[in-house]
Amino acid sequence: MTRLYTESLNIGYGERHIVKNLSVKIPDKKITTIIGPNGCGKSTLLKAITRIISQQSGTVVLDGKDISKVNTKLLAKKMAILPQTPESASGLTVGELVSYGRFPYQSGFGRLTKKDYEVIEWALDVTGTADFKFHPVDALSGGQRQRVWIAMALAQETDIIFLDEPTTYLDMAHQLEVLELLQKLNKEQERTIIMVLHDLNQAARFADYIIALKDGEVVKAGTCEEVITRDVLRKVFQIDAEIGRDPRTNKPMCITYNLIKGDYKHEKTAVPVYSAVSVNY
Amino acid sequence: MRLMKKENPRSIPFIFILIAGILAFIAMFIIAMVVGAAETSIKDVWLALTSTEKNKTILMLREIRFPREVAAIFVGAALAVAGAIMQGLTRNPLADPGLLGLTAGANAALAITIAFIPSANYFTITIVCFIGAAAGTLMVFGIGAMKKGGFSPLRIVLAGAAISLFLRAVAEGIGIYFKISKDVAMWTSGGMVGTTWDQLQVIIPFIVIGITVSFLFSRQLTILSLSEEVAVGLGQNITRIKTILFIVIILLAGASVALVGSMTFLGLMVPHIVRAIVGTDYRYILPMTAITGAIFMLLADTLGRTINAPYETPVAAIIAMVGLPFFLIIVRKGGKAFS
Repeated sequence: MTRLYTESLNIGYGERHIVKNLSVKIPDKKITTIIGPNGCGKSTLLKAITRIISQQSGTVVLDGKDISKVNTKLLAKKMAILPQTPESASGLTVGELVSYGRFPYQSGFGRLTKKDYEVIEWALDVTGTADFKFHPVDALSGGQRQRVWIAMALAQETDIIFLDEPTTYLDMAHQLEVLELLQKLNKEQERTIIMVLHDLNQAARFADYIIALKDGEVVKAGTCEEVITRDVLRKVFQIDAEIGRDPRTNKPMCITYNLIKGDYKHEKTAVPVYSAVSVNY
Repeated sequence: MRLMKKENPRSIPFIFILIAGILAFIAMFIIAMVVGAAETSIKDVWLALTSTEKNKTILMLREIRFPREVAAIFVGAALAVAGAIMQGLTRNPLADPGLLGLTAGANAALAITIAFIPSANYFTITIVCFIGAAAGTLMVFGIGAMKKGGFSPLRIVLAGAAISLFLRAVAEGIGIYFKISKDVAMWTSGGMVGTTWDQLQVIIPFIVIGITVSFLFSRQLTILSLSEEVAVGLGQNITRIKTILFIVIILLAGASVALVGSMTFLGLMVPHIVRAIVGTDYRYILPMTAITGAIFMLLADTLGRTINAPYETPVAAIIAMVGLPFFLIIVRKGGKAFS
């Protein structure tokens, strides 16, 4: 049985509907990636599932319960969220920031227990940030900082982790580093990971399950073989894509693409930037 | 932070900073009590505080200077803590009760009350100040939120300046029309002159409650000051926490206005100075801010009494002299002073 799913979710502001009647199931213990053009509602969907924004109608169900009726602190022990490009941690050290991941387990004035320290140390180790423990977060490079935020999410000890574009603003090596860390967490600790990614080839390479959204609706959801196809990409991004195979991972990949003339009229359907050919990182 | 305390050899343990702060506070209190227009000695101060002896100097200390310095302590702490909470809550480094319409709102409400209910007692006036402070802030944030994606630090400050001007005009208009300008001015620009024990009895409980509640929610405030999304993700009920902290700000700022009138920049300045010393954890920021705010106000009041003795120099003016350049530094550095 799926632990987490949405039922006819509608999200919007006033007259503007961003997510329309959306029902998706998130497979357990897998990496799920949400893809789609800018403004298609990817981040909005992620925020609604993680109760950061509220929906107009429909439900998000976790472990058989409507999350809007579940105590928010209890939810924080089940799912962690890493928002898009977290704001600067003005002056906090890495250790301090990661220790906030223990918030859902604390009461009163928030004294950390021995167990809390162990979890924090573990989260620092697993993300390779233990060396920076006393460094200010703001002094780190983008990739290091992203790993620190992931460490904070890990310190929450949740089965489910959400990430909104965890690779944005990172260079190619750091992007891969973050994704490999997430893959390791999924494989070794069976954590369910749901993330929004912009890069199709990264989505194909790392995701077990891909949800392709357009205009707030699911165009296709399935394995990378099912989603990264010429037909789906045409519908979702209005591009004419050449799909090949990654010679190293044997996953489908978009080798090159063109805009489809005439079809491209939607102002918000800006083209995601790929570094086109033979991206092997 | 405890991680740091345990293992990081470079940082000074918070307890030492706290003790240093308390010592500085005691020293400043003694200076404020001893120095003044009237000649007094430490011995007089000691007798005034501890004995029941009565002579002219001791009575002066006990009934005039002592309540005045106690007022300075509580108002300084209240305004500084209110500023710190506002800065954390709005993630706006320029937040200050005086800049965001709280004090102007309380002032206007005060003028209206003096005009229409001349017999209002001190408690009523205090409550009216709370309501005015709340209305002033809501107007400022209402304007700030009018444009989508609003809430930029400078826009809120501009909205605050506009609303404050409007509310001041309301207060002055009422003052002139009802011929009560002098009474209103006595309240709003009187500083701590003429504070009595009776007034303090009404005001201090509100300030103590406000500061205590803020301490209880300091950990939540730290996380909220990072990012609202992170706070939700970590399981905070942010609506409840924001509401509680908003009420705390209203209590602290409203009580301060009821006691001393408008006072801008103290709430802006002190938290920035404290952050440079203790970091970004509000469990440390808030207590140190309270102490530092009290020290600042004692210092300002002592200067106000002595610079041009026997005439009073307004405390608000002294604080603004330091505060305005400070404000400009923060704007220039994009939100961070001293770091």
